[in-house]
Formats: sequence, structure tokens, C-alpha cells
Amino acid sequence: MEKRGRWCRVPRGYFGSRTILTREPEFLEPPVNAWARIGRALLLGLRDIGRALRMLGEATSNTVFVFSRQNRYEVVHQMFLGGIKSLGVITIVALFTGMILALQTGLELRRFGQEVNIGTAVTVVLLREMGPFMTGLIIAASFGSAIAAQMGTMVVAEEIAALEIMSINPVRFLVMPRLVALALIMPFLTIYTNAIGILGGAIVGYTQLGVTFTAYFENCTRFAETKDLFVGLFKAFIFGVIIVTVACHQGFGASEGAVGVGRATRRTVIISFLTILTMGYFITRVFYK
Amino acid sequence: MIRFEQVYKQLAGRTVLDGVDLEIQPGETFFIVGTSGAGKSVTLKHMVRLLTPDSGRVWIGDDCVSEARGRVLEKIRSRFGVLFQGAALLNWISAGENVGLPLLERTNKPVFEIEKLAREKLALVGLESAFDKMPAELSGGMRKRVGLARAIITAPEIILYDEPTSGLDPVTSRAIDQLIDSLRRELGVTSVVVTHDLHSALAIATRIAMLDAGRIVALGTPEEFIQSSNEKVQQFLEAQFITKRGAWEKAVAL
Repeated sequence: MEKRGRWCRVPRGYFGSRTILTREPEFLEPPVNAWARIGRALLLGLRDIGRALRMLGEATSNTVFVFSRQNRYEVVHQMFLGGIKSLGVITIVALFTGMILALQTGLELRRFGQEVNIGTAVTVVLLREMGPFMTGLIIAASFGSAIAAQMGTMVVAEEIAALEIMSINPVRFLVMPRLVALALIMPFLTIYTNAIGILGGAIVGYTQLGVTFTAYFENCTRFAETKDLFVGLFKAFIFGVIIVTVACHQGFGASEGAVGVGRATRRTVIISFLTILTMGYFITRVFYK
Repeated sequence: MIRFEQVYKQLAGRTVLDGVDLEIQPGETFFIVGTSGAGKSVTLKHMVRLLTPDSGRVWIGDDCVSEARGRVLEKIRSRFGVLFQGAALLNWISAGENVGLPLLERTNKPVFEIEKLAREKLALVGLESAFDKMPAELSGGMRKRVGLARAIITAPEIILYDEPTSGLDPVTSRAIDQLIDSLRRELGVTSVVVTHDLHSALAIATRIAMLDAGRIVALGTPEEFIQSSNEKVQQFLEAQFITKRGAWEKAVAL
């Protein structure tokens, strides 16, 4: 019988009525020239986006099992890991970001005698952009990288293969609880980031710019709109989805042992950062014309 | 029950399976032996479609596993229990929870019943006291036995063992052999065992196949295997100090 092994084989089994995550090793011949290299990078990039979106779709469709006995505790546990355990670093980053924002804008506004308006500047910037953006970056770097490392290690240790053979869908078992947990917790974390950031601004306003707390908080609520808050929270929700999708997809694609796990972790942080940044812009563009 | 039809497989440009034809009957304890890189684990992975043949087919009963997808594949896989080389236990749950996981996920059995069954299976592999221990607290051999308990808890028709005795002390190895043998005798389980350990193979196998460079170079009962004139088989036997008939019988008698 004819042998059909090929260097450029695309791994099979990934697409099916249920996503098969245990992929066969992939071996590609070196590209013949620069154009081939660019073309391949584009095609592989598109394929990866397709795979990640398919996995996201399957995880979303599995959210109907979120209250099953297997998943409900896992969702709470992941909310604890992704949310509560990140509060320390979020507090420090948000506090100092608010303080920096207040100081930078306050020093400029003082030239025009308008330093009392720092409350507005800090609040609008945090609610619309910086709150969800900073929360997204912190969670991508901490929780996202941890997910990628965990999934990657599980792939390398054949634990994902073991789950598949036990007919336990890894997307339902591993991805869905993390997706639900982070999509739910991210808006709350963003509210917390905003609050701490605004508080940081108030501290700087009072101690360095001579703005009273009353004046500061009156300004905060005078110009910020409810829309600013909700668009920011929507962004946070989307960022949560992005972080889990990227992290799980990269983790499941890990190969070559510890090196592969490290690569998956690094890529998760980079891709999440870039996607959060670009999606942040497009969401802003949709809501603020 | 398990049938390979002219299975070819290349990995990294190297032919790992080179036209494997194989038939394993129900109730057999079938050993696949061979040197490292001979294609033993790859053969095993084809049975549950962790790998797909480049050409050829793998049949499990009347189902072609190499072409199965979705729920059909899930149904085929539910007939298997697999003991992985590194046990593949989930590190964030206890040994007992690992053992009970397939039942918790795939059945509607109440938790107390699953716990009872998990304790029974752990007792079967001599680890009743390890129920609440985390995998990180267990030695390599204990992890492997927990993996075995997990593989048998669903009472599968077929159990695949990837190096079940590697890294274990001789006493534990023989205990694992006894367990594999008792599963065949008492429950009629079909076992496929990949190993380097010829002592185990000669003691409990119904048939032994030797793989070399992706081809089956010898296949037969332990008697036939030990008397094979194939050069590779003889080298393999000699490397484990099994050179004369009789000597191994004494050495491995259970």
C-alpha cells in the first residue's frame, strides 16, 4: 500500500463535532524564500485564529453545563484565582496610575487655575479606557500566563490526552469554567480598579494640588456619564474572553516539553496585550463617534 | 476485536509504523515489545486515535477508529481504559478524585457511590490509604497504580498499558502483572501492554509481538516467542538474560 506521510501535513483531528485537542506533531519544511515565509506565517496565523475562535464557540456552547456538579465549584475556584488573588497587584497598579494621572493632568491644569477639574480627567480616563485596559493587562500577565502554563504542562504530561480518552471534553472541563469565571469577574475587577484609581487621584489632589476631597469627588461625578462606565465594563468582559481564549489556545498548542510551555506562556502575554489594545480601540470607536 | 490493516505512520519525516498488520482477540493479554523508538507507544496511540494513520485502518470491533469522529469516537473510546506512561493524573485533585473522575464526568452516579468505588479500586492496587493524597505526594510507582485504578474504574472492555512496570521495583512490578492477569481471568478484559519488560511479557502474555523499525518481526505465544530464531528477538532476550527455556519460567513464575 502506498505510504502517504508528508512533511507538510496539516495535523488532523482538531476539527470535529467536538474539538479534539490532542494534536499530532507538525513538521514543516523550511520556506524556500522570504515570500513563502510571509505567506506561511499569514496562513498559520489565520489557521490559529480560526482554531481559537472555534474553541471559544465550543466553550460558549458548553456554558449550559456551568451549574453541573462537575463545573460549578470550578467556576467559583477560577473566579477566586483570577479575581481575588489578583487584587493585591491591581490595588497597587490602580492606585499609582490614578496618582500619576492626577499629578500629570493637575500640574498642567494648575497653569490655568483649573486643578480642581482633575477629578473629571482622572474619572473619565479611568472609566473609559485605563480601568479596563490596566485590569486586562494585569490579568493577562498573571492569570492568562498561568492558564497557558497549566494547559501546556497538561498537554506535555498527556493529561489532555487522558481526558479525551476518558471521553471528558477538555473544552467543557477546562476552558469553559475559566471563560465564565473571567468574563464575570473582569467587570468587577475593573470597577475596583476604577475606584482605587479615583481614590489615588484624590490623594494626590489633596496632598499635592490643594484640591479638597469634596471638590474632587463632585467633579468626578459631574462630567462622567453612565455610558462611560458601561462601555468600560463591556470592554472588561471582552478582555476576559480574549485572555482565556488566547491562553487556552496557546497552552493546548504547546509541544516540546518545558520549552514549549515557556513559549506558550510568552505568546499568551504578547498576543493578549496586542489583542486587548486593538480591541480596546475598536470598541471605543464603535461607542464614541 | 482490535485489528490493524496495513498501518503506516510517519513522524518528523521518519517512518514509525511501516505496514503493521495486527489482530488482537477479545480476552487476550497482548504484549508489544521492542527497543525504544520501535513504534510501540505509537501503535497503542492509534488504538484510541490519539494518532491517525497516514494510510491503513485501525478497527475496534466493527468500528473503524482511525476514521471515527465526534460522538462515534467518544463511544469507541468509552470502551477503553488507558494507563499512560507517566500516569497522567490531574495534579490539582486528590488521588481518590482522580480515580473517580471518569464516573463523576460520564455517569449520574451519586458522589458517595463514586467515592466507594474509587476506594475499592485503590484498594485493588494496594493504595487504599492514598485516597486523600495529592498526586505530588505520591511516588512514581504509586502514581502509576493510581492511574491503573482510574483506568479500571469504568470496567472497560479493553485496557491499554503504556510501560506499566517501568520505574517500579520488582515486587510492585510483579503485583501489577498479577493484577493485569487477574483482570483477564476474572473479568475477561482485553489488555494490550507496551513494555520493555520481557519477564512480565513471558509470564502473563497470551501473545507477544515484537516491533522493530515499525514492523512486526515476531508474533506468537510466549513459548513461540522465546524459541523464535529471529535475530532481533534473540538479541532482546539475551539483553534481559533470558537465553534458555526454563530459566525464565523459574524467574517469573507468579
